[in-house]
Amino acid sequence: MQIGSFDIATETLPGAAKAERCVVDFLGWLELAQAVAAADGHLVAIWGVDDRDRGRGFGVRVAYGLPEALLIAELPLASEPPVYPDLAATFPAADRMQRAMFDLLGLQPLGAEDDRAWLRHGAWPRDVYPLRRTTPVDTDHVMVPEVYPFVSVTGEGVHEIPVGPVHAGTIEPGHFRFSIIGERVLRLEEHLGYKHKGIEKRFEGLAIPDAARLAARVSGDSTVAYGWAFAMAVEAALDHRVRERAAWLRALALERERVANHLGDLGFIGNDAGLGFALAQFSRLRENWLRSNAALFGHRLAMDFVVPGGVAGDMEDQVERDMRLQARDVEVEVLHLRSLLDDHAGLQDRLRRCGVVTPELARRLGLTGLAGRASGVARDLRVQSPTAPYDRIGPRLCGATDGDVAARAAVRFDEIVESLHLIQRLLDTLPPREESTPLPDAKGHRFGVGRVEGWRGEVLVALELDEGAVRRVHPHDPSWQNWPVLEHAILGNIVPDFPLINKSFNLSYAGVDL
Amino acid sequence: MIRILRQVARAGLVTEAPPDPDEALRGVREQLEKEVLRSFAGALAIRHVDAGSCNGCELEIHACSNPYYNLEGLGIRFVASPRHADLLLVTGPVSKHMEEALRRTYDATPDPKLVVAIGDCGCTGGVFGENYASRGRVSNVIPVDVAVPGCPPTPHAIMQGILTAITRAP
Repeated sequence: MQIGSFDIATETLPGAAKAERCVVDFLGWLELAQAVAAADGHLVAIWGVDDRDRGRGFGVRVAYGLPEALLIAELPLASEPPVYPDLAATFPAADRMQRAMFDLLGLQPLGAEDDRAWLRHGAWPRDVYPLRRTTPVDTDHVMVPEVYPFVSVTGEGVHEIPVGPVHAGTIEPGHFRFSIIGERVLRLEEHLGYKHKGIEKRFEGLAIPDAARLAARVSGDSTVAYGWAFAMAVEAALDHRVRERAAWLRALALERERVANHLGDLGFIGNDAGLGFALAQFSRLRENWLRSNAALFGHRLAMDFVVPGGVAGDMEDQVERDMRLQARDVEVEVLHLRSLLDDHAGLQDRLRRCGVVTPELARRLGLTGLAGRASGVARDLRVQSPTAPYDRIGPRLCGATDGDVAARAAVRFDEIVESLHLIQRLLDTLPPREESTPLPDAKGHRFGVGRVEGWRGEVLVALELDEGAVRRVHPHDPSWQNWPVLEHAILGNIVPDFPLINKSFNLSYAGVDL
Repeated sequence: MIRILRQVARAGLVTEAPPDPDEALRGVREQLEKEVLRSFAGALAIRHVDAGSCNGCELEIHACSNPYYNLEGLGIRFVASPRHADLLLVTGPVSKHMEEALRRTYDATPDPKLVVAIGDCGCTGGVFGENYASRGRVSNVIPVDVAVPGCPPTPHAIMQGILTAITRAP
């Protein structure tokens, strides 16, 4: 594979997602990172493995998004001490991923600036690494709460506001530490990890159907994206092709998930700017939409609809007609509501120039997904690296460059309409029913990767199977990349605008706490 | 403004005219209203605590406030502080990192108080169970009055859970 002027030998991985794999050494790890950065590639995920029981040591893995394919590089590490070169200097988003990897596996990034614990708040001691295969899953330690050393801002008139972990609304838990002067935010520091519940350890040894259910619950609002990415990884590991119709039905579920989330977010964005009207209208549309999901997929969120090897259930022809009519109706309603919101001076005054992430900052920090597209990062897997059926229905990339709350709302409006059109096109081209083929048996050690453009951004699942059972799963949420950028988006804004800015990103806590 | 009012009028009152599948819900609503009036003088205040969920339950708790279910129209509202709450709605398996925050929220809620655990995880630990980082079901950490299963439970089931808790109240 040629990355700019850097040439590296890779092996093509089977599966729907175009992916290459290579093994690098200590120096190659850094050279590759620099070559990817120079070629305008992006960091997707970093995770670690403990392969000592397979006669190897530890290892770190990195996934890079390149125009040609996903590139997975592996760096084998010695057993003691397991150290590897820091990537955060090249890709700032690597920082928290590396800290999480230290907390769970004890793999240490050499040269990293920040060595504070991230996922470990004291539920286990610093010298115990729960994700090592030698640490039993039911290991129980007494919680010894640790004080997180926030970076403090000093100066005349500067004070701090601590918020969370329990927030004022129906929101996930996390801590925000604001340093402010008057109303203006000088610094925001996030401290997440409160929801850490040992998901990656839990995956170990599960049978494939059980692991699929767990994967569908990494972040409930993206259950279809995770379900599909996990299924794609299993199918890649077993070199199994799903029936065309199953791929189409998965895409219908994924686009419906996108519409449902965007409808909900637009309502809350309006509400956080003081326009309760928007919440009432959009939550009405969302409820109608979820009720149809229940009829279509047997579940309001389409949870567990995507299963490895295919989908759980099919659609009646009548339902298909209803879905077309609904898509048409919702488009009319959404466009009408958009014109009302666009004309509302009071609302626009709150949304514009609020929580700005410039395209330059977005690129430098690695902003991704929906928020990235609102800041000029024109990337969408469905457009640039399409898997079936997206290679056949021509999705359009939606985007903006203002990078403010208004831009993130505008991209949501555009994407709703685009998804509704895609739903029509998916129904136009829906392949006939076929008998599904069972997944083949898995012998030996297998690796597979799945990659799906969820509503929030790129969801990745890396999977290792051992004699048919799960050995290791790393699920990656785009919120890893975007949480640190939120700390920048709030700078210079006033504290009361934080809920609005936060909602315009709507990042997952569960998806990164794991 | 006139366009917004026109849209409000056009959308109408969805709460008053539920579609057929919601007939069961109407029963729950009437019953809920009676119980709220009797036990809580027309106002029940709920504090939600996410103790480690996947965030699926939160989506359905939000839905309880949409115009179809209109929980607030019954005098039941979500409050920002446990000090103002009569009832805690707890989701998720309780992560060890949230255990202390959950206990403190419980302690900060004035007596008499009720706890409703929401979702399979709140009831049993769900797919996550208990491990080095998870304490499992909510009742492993604080006393629970009513547990609502489902992954996630529907808004209808969540409202039923709240009703059940209220009817048990002193």
